[in-house]
Amino acid sequence: MHSHAEAWERVVEGTHLINGVPMFTFILKRIGVAIPTLFILVLLSFFLMQMAPGSPFTGDFNMPPEILANLEAKYHLDKPLWQQFAYYLKDLLQGDLGPSFKYKDYTVNELVAQSFPVSITIGSLAFLVTVLMGVGLGTLAALRQNSWIDYTVMTFSMVGVVLPSFVIAPLMVLIFSISLKWLPAGGWNDGSWQNMVLPVAAMAILYVAAVARIMRSSMIETLNSNFIRTARAKGLPRRHIIFKHALKPALLPVVSYLGPAFVGIITGSVVIETVFGLPGIGQHFVNGALNRDYSLVLGLTIIIGSLTILFTAVVDILYGLIDPKIRVGS
Amino acid sequence: MASISLKTGTVNKMVKEESHKAVENFSDQLSNERLEIEGRSLWADARRRFLSNKAAVASMVVLVAVTLLIVFGPMVSQFTYDEIDWANMAAPPSMETGHFFGTDHLGRDLFVRTLEGGRISFMVGALGALVAVIIGTIYGSMAGFLGGRVDNLMMRALEILQSFPFMFLVILMITFFGRSILLIFIAIGAVSWLDMARIVRGQTLSLKSKEFIEAAVISGASSTQIVFRHLIPNLLGIVVVYASLLVPGMILFESFLSFLGLGVQEPMTSWGALVNEGATSMEVAIWQLAFPTSFLVVTLFCFNFIGDGLRDALDPKDR
Repeated sequence: MHSHAEAWERVVEGTHLINGVPMFTFILKRIGVAIPTLFILVLLSFFLMQMAPGSPFTGDFNMPPEILANLEAKYHLDKPLWQQFAYYLKDLLQGDLGPSFKYKDYTVNELVAQSFPVSITIGSLAFLVTVLMGVGLGTLAALRQNSWIDYTVMTFSMVGVVLPSFVIAPLMVLIFSISLKWLPAGGWNDGSWQNMVLPVAAMAILYVAAVARIMRSSMIETLNSNFIRTARAKGLPRRHIIFKHALKPALLPVVSYLGPAFVGIITGSVVIETVFGLPGIGQHFVNGALNRDYSLVLGLTIIIGSLTILFTAVVDILYGLIDPKIRVGS
Repeated sequence: MASISLKTGTVNKMVKEESHKAVENFSDQLSNERLEIEGRSLWADARRRFLSNKAAVASMVVLVAVTLLIVFGPMVSQFTYDEIDWANMAAPPSMETGHFFGTDHLGRDLFVRTLEGGRISFMVGALGALVAVIIGTIYGSMAGFLGGRVDNLMMRALEILQSFPFMFLVILMITFFGRSILLIFIAIGAVSWLDMARIVRGQTLSLKSKEFIEAAVISGASSTQIVFRHLIPNLLGIVVVYASLLVPGMILFESFLSFLGLGVQEPMTSWGALVNEGATSMEVAIWQLAFPTSFLVVTLFCFNFIGDGLRDALDPKDR
């Protein structure tokens, strides 16, 4: 405990070392990767849009050239490309994603504001289930190694890792909605819990499986290490050994998996929302792509891209703070 | 003193001559193949290990069967993938009508469509693996071998690419350029090599400090020569393992897009698109979901088992 307090003191003072460099340098370095990534994402998305054939105003109907020119002036489409990008970046920094090209009278911000809460609710519940169930099942399997519990968990995790969410989701609907009639097959219904069970389960199952697998092997490794043997030799109760000593180091590989899991859950939400007809961001994504609603898909890509990049950076920094192997070097 | 040194000198000479003769003898014997050295090469060892893995071998057999079916099935069938059978719309599987897997709601034969979809999936998987092997191996081994500032720069670039939400970028591109299989190929090519490059770099770093590389450097081999002649052959094991584990990932990537209706275009189809169509009509026509799903799932399982088998067979850590 003493060394732990010391480590925290160093964290607070900023003299804590990660990868042999001071903590703040490490964090700055990590942000130094995240910001160019974000910028490249915006730049790439923007120029891809410019490469697309036709302007957003062609095709709908024959517009008089004067009106077209007016419209293009309104959206700065008559300016050189780099100026257009500067305008877009300026709006973006002020949090303005522009008007939707297909939903009349809606800005992209409004569409996002409507749909984001749904996606966030489902996604964070799935994330919570992933961590709790994954860690729980993995620990259970490790403690009862080679028992039927272990084999059940491992079989489940094999199936869960291989089956894609777009296969699992329809199968769940088939079993729990159509055959057993326990839960509704889709819809949001103002977020009633019955409507959330199947989407959250379908989204989380893959990541529960993956986390359980990682947790099992890391827990087994931890339980075989010297400091656990010492704790056992001291005669500490089993419960105490597992929760006070083994759990924390065993969780490290899980923490490093949380970044990819978050990305996967966000990506998977597109499928889940399509299958269950939820009014979330994923649905806008798919419909936007099919309707060729440029600004909507561009805005959503940038939002989700930023979230992904930021979350991965935060997980990396957290990992640097808690991993004793990285911490050593002071 | 002098005589002693003379003696040892002659003894030394004799020993030298003897050993010289022995070596000559030995090489004679070797060239005449009278003396055989029993030893297993790394690959023979791996093959033996792989063949003793029942799940992997069974998966191999199933996968070969699926491949043959996908390649030859559509040729021998009496229907084509876009042909409409007006008499049998959304018909259940039957031997009499010749629709072994039934038909979809437009009366198209599901047997042919499932196999046709499989062709897309296999093509995508093979392409992903190929790109990963070529670009990933070269990039990773170069970065690991050159080291220092170049390595740092190459890894930064890789980090930036890896934190990209590629799936969304692909959807973005589909929005701008419309749906096409070419876009999917480009996207898969862009994503597939990233992890491979990272893994190969790590392996290269550990290989680099080995004596045989040092020997090659001392004897004046150029960097390209060392990478292509010494590093890459030694990396093959891990490359094969990882490529086989990558194939199901790429198949999933394509199915994911097709499931959303953003992949291949009608009347062409793929497993993801078929699963999506099947899911919309599963209450009344379960066969439309069952056959494509089983093909997809069985294939994914097979690839995973084979990948695991190869890893157990080739991974030096477990040896």
